Amino acid sequence: MIRLQDITKVYPMGKRDLEVLRGVSLYIRQGEMVAIMGHSGSGKTTMLNLMGCLDIPTSGIYYLDGREVSRLNRGELAQVRAKKIGFIFQTYNLLPQLSALANVELGMRYAGGIETERAVAALARVGLSDRAKHKPSELSGGEQQRVAIARALVKNPPLILADEPTGNLDSHTGEEIMAILTTIHNEQKNTLVMITHEADIARHCQRIIHFKDGQVEAEEKL
Amino acid sequence: MKKWLEPLSNAWEGIKTHKLRSSLTILGIVIGVAAVIALMSIGRGVSAQILSQIESMGSDVITIYPGSVAERGIAGAGGSAVTLTLEDAEAISEQVPYVTAVAPYSSANQQLIVGGENVHAQVIGVTPEYQDANNLDISAGAFISQYDYERGTKVAVLSSDIADTLFSGIDPLGQQLRMGNNIVRVTGVLESKGRSMFGSTDDTVLIPLSTLQQTISQPRTATGGHVVSSIAVIVSDEAQMDTVVTETTNLLRTRHDLATGDDDDFSVFSMEELLSTVTEVTGTMTLFLGAIAAISLLVGGIGVMNIMLVSVVERTREIGIRKALGARERDIWGQFLTESAFLSFTGGLIGVAVGWGVSKLISGVGIMGEMTTVVSADIVILALVVSVGIGLLSGFLPARRAAQLNPIEALRYE
Repeated sequence: MIRLQDITKVYPMGKRDLEVLRGVSLYIRQGEMVAIMGHSGSGKTTMLNLMGCLDIPTSGIYYLDGREVSRLNRGELAQVRAKKIGFIFQTYNLLPQLSALANVELGMRYAGGIETERAVAALARVGLSDRAKHKPSELSGGEQQRVAIARALVKNPPLILADEPTGNLDSHTGEEIMAILTTIHNEQKNTLVMITHEADIARHCQRIIHFKDGQVEAEEKL
Repeated sequence: MKKWLEPLSNAWEGIKTHKLRSSLTILGIVIGVAAVIALMSIGRGVSAQILSQIESMGSDVITIYPGSVAERGIAGAGGSAVTLTLEDAEAISEQVPYVTAVAPYSSANQQLIVGGENVHAQVIGVTPEYQDANNLDISAGAFISQYDYERGTKVAVLSSDIADTLFSGIDPLGQQLRMGNNIVRVTGVLESKGRSMFGSTDDTVLIPLSTLQQTISQPRTATGGHVVSSIAVIVSDEAQMDTVVTETTNLLRTRHDLATGDDDDFSVFSMEELLSTVTEVTGTMTLFLGAIAAISLLVGGIGVMNIMLVSVVERTREIGIRKALGARERDIWGQFLTESAFLSFTGGLIGVAVGWGVSKLISGVGIMGEMTTVVSADIVILALVVSVGIGLLSGFLPARRAAQLNPIEALRYE
């Protein structure tokens, strides 16, 4: 599903360049559920942005779903994001002016068009059928993150990327969110890569990759 | 939801979220468009009014005036100036083609007295053709006849104002009045034509031209011609106006012994010429009014741009989210352009309604006299197209800024 070969990412910062990733090579199987852990500054968020086609590497090759995506232009990257990738953010990132249902529909907006029935079904899968008309401000944090999960899953993308999905939630709600993610992952067999700080959360995954100073420090299989 | 409706409903969502801000932005466009519609319709109304006044004076008439005696700053010696004569009029009538009638006339100021009433008025000596040349209607009695003219009878046709002043409450027909040293009998009263910007015919008294020449003033030219103040020529075919003007000019130059290269000692003036001049002037005026209004429309457009720029900054995160979900640059472009075009089109629609209302109000209340304003489809369509154009134009910069945002930075924006 994901094959990274010797990926580097360098940000020009004045006179000295900032080397965020220094030669990362990774392979993630189709349908795998992987956690990335590491201290802040270890390059894990940059890694996720690259995997999510929000940016391209300075050097190295990235194959996503059999296609090289490391040299695409901005328009092509947008197309890849639209068709293949679902994002889940720490801060949920729902549009405040839209209802829960409309936020879920937005997930299909750039991926071929809105089908309201699918959005309704996706909301039902995260257990929020009765909250479809509510605005994000009327929902709890856990509920908002469930809407965000529905938005990421509604177009059934092969790859789902989650950046600390439980980071803003208490541990109980975090467990709930992980339960939902795990259930859906088991049913749909999407590849799921998530960043987390919490070992408890990472334990839901099949593999944990530890990042340190822009390199893969260690991997543990669970 | 229909695919093509989606951007519109998105724009509507965006506008609904910021009701006050959106309405204020729309207001700028409303004022601009309303000003364009109202001012243009006033301009059109004024020109229509002026044109109809000119037409009511007869567009098939050519008027010949004597030339200035002091042309090119050199005053001609008194009496030597060749002016228009009755004989010129007769020659035009006989020799120029396409002429229905020729109406020479002369005027003098006289004191009119009836009993204790006493008024100064312009007395015009006319021929029967004067009635057609000036589109005059008779409200009582009859106009000056050919018989009156040939015999020089002492009769007078009064304008409505003079009749009212001198004979208030009495039927003026058959009454006598003193005009200078002469007694004349009233045989007719003119219908009032109202005041126009070209003066009024409501305070004049008409008598036969021959009577005027015999009793009041009888100036002659050096060659013995009977001087008249002007000559009106009624043309039978309006298409031949130019021919008549040329022929008349040539004839008068010959009769006045003007050498080639000399200036005319008279001027020929056709209504058509006046009409085209006035049309040009009022057209310029209307454009000028429109231009002033367009400035306020421009200001409104800048307002839209301002708001859209603020909106882009405020929605940086939203743009980041949309990009993460796969929105391409042109999707973001489309979203912001649709929104600003939607804002200004809504403003344009309301502006048309307000402008239309204002111009109806102006003609209804009568602030500008009896003018009726003219709201025409072309102005409305122009105003709407321009307002959408302004929306697109002022949305361009903000939309570009939004489309080019880096998704990672936009997502991180607080």
